[in-house]
Amino acid sequence: MTKHALSTRLWHWVNAIAIIVLFMTGLNISNAHRHLYWGHYGFDASEAWLHVIRFPGWATIPGHYNLAVARDWHITMAWPFGIGVLFIWVAMLLNGHFRRDLMTAPKDWTPGAVIASIKAHSGANAGAHHGYNSVQKILYGGVFGVLLPLMLLTGLAISPGVAGFAPWLVDVFGGRQSARSLHFIAAWGIFGFFVIHIVLALLDWRLILEMFTGGKRDAAAPPAPPQPESLPDADEGAPAHG
Amino acid sequence: MVDLPRRSLLAGMAALGASACAKINDSEAAGSLFEAAEDGHRVLHRALAGKQGLAKEFTRDQRSPTFRGNGSVTVADPFYQDQLAKGFPDWRLEVKGLVETPLALSLTEIKSLPQRTQITRHDCVEGWSAIGEWQGVQLGHLLDMAKVKKEAKFIVFRCADLYAGRPYYESIDMVDAYHPQTIIAHALNGEALPEKNGAPYRMRIERQLGYKQAKYLQAIEAVTSFDQIGGGGGGLWEDIAGYQWYAGV
Repeated sequence: MTKHALSTRLWHWVNAIAIIVLFMTGLNISNAHRHLYWGHYGFDASEAWLHVIRFPGWATIPGHYNLAVARDWHITMAWPFGIGVLFIWVAMLLNGHFRRDLMTAPKDWTPGAVIASIKAHSGANAGAHHGYNSVQKILYGGVFGVLLPLMLLTGLAISPGVAGFAPWLVDVFGGRQSARSLHFIAAWGIFGFFVIHIVLALLDWRLILEMFTGGKRDAAAPPAPPQPESLPDADEGAPAHG
Repeated sequence: MVDLPRRSLLAGMAALGASACAKINDSEAAGSLFEAAEDGHRVLHRALAGKQGLAKEFTRDQRSPTFRGNGSVTVADPFYQDQLAKGFPDWRLEVKGLVETPLALSLTEIKSLPQRTQITRHDCVEGWSAIGEWQGVQLGHLLDMAKVKKEAKFIVFRCADLYAGRPYYESIDMVDAYHPQTIIAHALNGEALPEKNGAPYRMRIERQLGYKQAKYLQAIEAVTSFDQIGGGGGGLWEDIAGYQWYAGV
């Protein structure tokens, strides 16, 4: 049995490309009006809650300010991103990935579980555990359950055409400018996750290969909570989830 | 170890990531993909909203304290400036093109037609929004008065201002032309439309972005195609910057 289902791997890479393009075109779009507001309206910089820096060309797609091209890419790539979020949720619920690896229990939210997770993920013990530890469950759950849906829904709410048939979606976020602010915040939340995710994956390059090949799930090691340090490690070398 | 196909898959992914942005922008494939997405958004929005689905209308206390002027905020033409100072007594709004009865209406005549008042949010392509109360006549009413011909597919708005040295214009299809909230506004927040917001008339097409809301309106023209107008993009910003003609996203 593979560690990563085909649906997970397929979504992972499509989503990776979509998110990179969406983020970098989003920075270009941000340069068009570098102020964020709360509420239904907002255009006066003196009423902004945040003045955003001008993102440099190396961080944007295209590499110079071009709102039309950035928007073309952004609203086209929103489709594989949005459909992908729906797809992976359905797949995770059907194949048990959500129940097995991402769903938290009350014990996952205790300080002890956090400390155990960090220990399990660091030092000589890294890579020794199986399944997702508490911190991973909370982080991945936050990305799948909060950030990705929030990105999608706030993006839809900003569109005047969508507001034409789903005004409630704009109101849920407290207005178009609030939706736009939340869109920006969620984007940086995903960026933060992206950085942690890449750094941890690069610490063990096998993890990246496994996201292509699927890897192998160790049949002798059912998903388990973080292993106490004192237990002998029977599966040296079994890579951890990123 | 990984086998060769997987290696090339990896390399392919990396290459795609690195060069996608630089190369694909200019390709025809990307262009037709973007057009397909634009058409798809229009069709999907129409299917979900219905052709007559209304944009949200706000209450007076939800209006923004002022209404930003953007793009052209003044018109250099001396006749325009003279008319602005006098309250547009000799300004005529033409309805022409594929109509049985071409019209040339004065501001007094426009004000005597059935009026619609709506408090709506204006969303700029740049990202900002303002809320104002608009009053004017429904475009559909004018098109009926002029007896627009069946072969008309688009309505083009001709404007008095130059932007980047070119006459501003915009266009919409007949679905938006006959949308109840598509009005030719002559008043903003209970007063005559200020110059920065498009005096004497500006379009309100409430389910699309700000660049569709043509200001300083001079003529409304029914056409079968806008290929031969301006740069052929259906609007000044479409021509000079490549903005999407359907501005619902």
